[in-house]
Amino acid sequence: MWEYTDKVREHFLNPKNSGTIENADAVGEVGSLSCGDALRLFLKIDDEGRIEDAKFQTFGCASAIASSSVLTEMVKGMTIEEAEKVTNKDIADALGGLPKEKMHCSVMGQEALDDAIRCYRGLDVAPAPEGEIVCKCFGVTDLQIKKAVLENKLTTLEEVTNFTKAGGGCEDCHGRIKEIIDEVRFGAPDVKPLEVKPVKLTNIKRFQLVSQTIEEEIRPALHKDGGDIELVDIEGTVVIVSLRGSCVGCPSSNLTLKDFVERRLKETVEEAITVREA
Amino acid sequence: MRSVYLDNNATTMVAPEVREAILPLLESEYGNPSSMHGLGGSSGKLLSEARERVAAGLGCSPSEIIFTSCGTESDNTAIHSATESQPEKKHIITTRVEHPAVLNVAKHFERKGYDITLLSVDSEGRMDLDQLRKAIRPDTALVSVMYANNESGVISPIEEMVQITKERGVLFHTDAVQAIGKIPIDLKTLPVDYLALSGHKIHAPKGVGVLFLRRNTPFRPFMLGGHQELGRRGGTENIPGIVGLGMAMDLAGKHIGEENTRVRAMRDRLEKGLMATIPDAMVNGVGAERLPNTLSIAFKYIEGEAMLLLLDQFGICASSGSACTSGSLEPSHVLRAMGVPFTYAHGSLRFSLSVYNTDEDIDLVLKELPPIISRLREFSPFRRGDEGLDWVEDH
Repeated sequence: MWEYTDKVREHFLNPKNSGTIENADAVGEVGSLSCGDALRLFLKIDDEGRIEDAKFQTFGCASAIASSSVLTEMVKGMTIEEAEKVTNKDIADALGGLPKEKMHCSVMGQEALDDAIRCYRGLDVAPAPEGEIVCKCFGVTDLQIKKAVLENKLTTLEEVTNFTKAGGGCEDCHGRIKEIIDEVRFGAPDVKPLEVKPVKLTNIKRFQLVSQTIEEEIRPALHKDGGDIELVDIEGTVVIVSLRGSCVGCPSSNLTLKDFVERRLKETVEEAITVREA
Repeated sequence: MRSVYLDNNATTMVAPEVREAILPLLESEYGNPSSMHGLGGSSGKLLSEARERVAAGLGCSPSEIIFTSCGTESDNTAIHSATESQPEKKHIITTRVEHPAVLNVAKHFERKGYDITLLSVDSEGRMDLDQLRKAIRPDTALVSVMYANNESGVISPIEEMVQITKERGVLFHTDAVQAIGKIPIDLKTLPVDYLALSGHKIHAPKGVGVLFLRRNTPFRPFMLGGHQELGRRGGTENIPGIVGLGMAMDLAGKHIGEENTRVRAMRDRLEKGLMATIPDAMVNGVGAERLPNTLSIAFKYIEGEAMLLLLDQFGICASSGSACTSGSLEPSHVLRAMGVPFTYAHGSLRFSLSVYNTDEDIDLVLKELPPIISRLREFSPFRRGDEGLDWVEDH
């Protein structure tokens, strides 16, 4: 069982400011389904640019709920300029600390606040992070890892995962994350890493892998919601499928195709895969 | 506050009869069974009696029983034995839903150059026998398949899988840690080569396990040391634990009928009650044959750890396959292998019962859990008809 501080427990058991704000001046949204947390932050901001009210909706664990609750308490009364200086460390400190494995919950709070401020200023959603994607599972780049290492004085892979989520999935990126930590702490190595060329799949191999992934993973998952899928054809790297069952006419069918089917095929078969409906 | 313990697949309370059997050993019967004096002799006698009890419970010979420290050690020893004794064979078959005591050993051997085949399960957690038939190769050293899954409770078709494996002359190991005491197992008719069990899952104390090793099966010791356990496992035997395990095996045999009647009925009432009162819920593995004591149920739009902590306020102990309970970032590998969507997998709860549970325990969960779920859903950003998931990364 996690060792939560009394403040975390209090904010989890009796969260402050849960709910929504009608006609909010800013809404910040951040989250990841795979690691099971998502936060929608609502801000009401007066004409002077001061936060009058803040509310949250959170899908997540006790740390995520407590981080959201304490964040809303912290920012009420702040100007936007003051709020944009709030860091994840401020959120964790206000809770009397979080278990190290849960630090990403405080990061989620800070990211939602950033997103809300961008929304208030009429800016688009934050641009995709720059740099090389190191952790494919959680879409974390080398620049994000470097920033976290520098700002939080991180020295281990475990700490990087706790703060950024990078490395918390398939573990393929662990070697690269360790290199990045060393680069930040001790400087970049003189020798450039060898360029690894992606393996090119034959049409037969691609067909086998796509069929296998659809049969073993995608179809069983869709069955759960009464849906189904059929592989119609493969043209180059374009996979043509037909949705069946409750997926037909479902308003989320595009999401199913892109965020689930295509993403899974990219992960298991080939990055270049795209999916379209017949 | 009364504790309602519904986490028996994690560990069990020590049965009163087991506790009674162990206490004298902690006070006065502390001899080393290897010692050549009376005190040692009486410990040796207790060790033999416990071995006979365990063997009787499994339907095997006492000489086929090796006492270990836990199920994990038993699993490790079985896989180590199968690979070390057949160094020319570099292929292991196991499943995606194994306990880490097997999966992580498989990963270890993969790093050492072995090919590992992980058999998949379908959306109900069921295994496909044809997949196993196709996977066996001339260089397959071992097939290792759990008897019943610790999270979903789904029972594997072990008899058929052993038969397929034996026809090809391949060794077979089963991690039966969750199955013992819940479903009948008779090693006279089930020709597995290795079987692992753990004492603390059947109301014995923690720190004791068994590896069944069929006569004439290849064996290489994993723990090197003295001559204990016929030289197959060095280290002074944990006599209180072993005696407790012997007693627990007796009790497990006596309770198996009750597990499959009264305990099953309580589990079914809990399942039906929750499904009837809580919308957007699903039972994992509902279409498969399951252990009578296990209910894995998932609730959409909310997260498991939050549910566990609120249940704990009422003294209700359960567990979850959500990522946040383990410190990892991804939910249960078992639920993901079954294709359970992330939104449900994170909101999973596992209730695992024992003969020591009562109808009042079930009543309390049926009373307290629905409002907990309603409360958490009130401040979830996702809800029925307005999933609003488009802004969430679905990695």
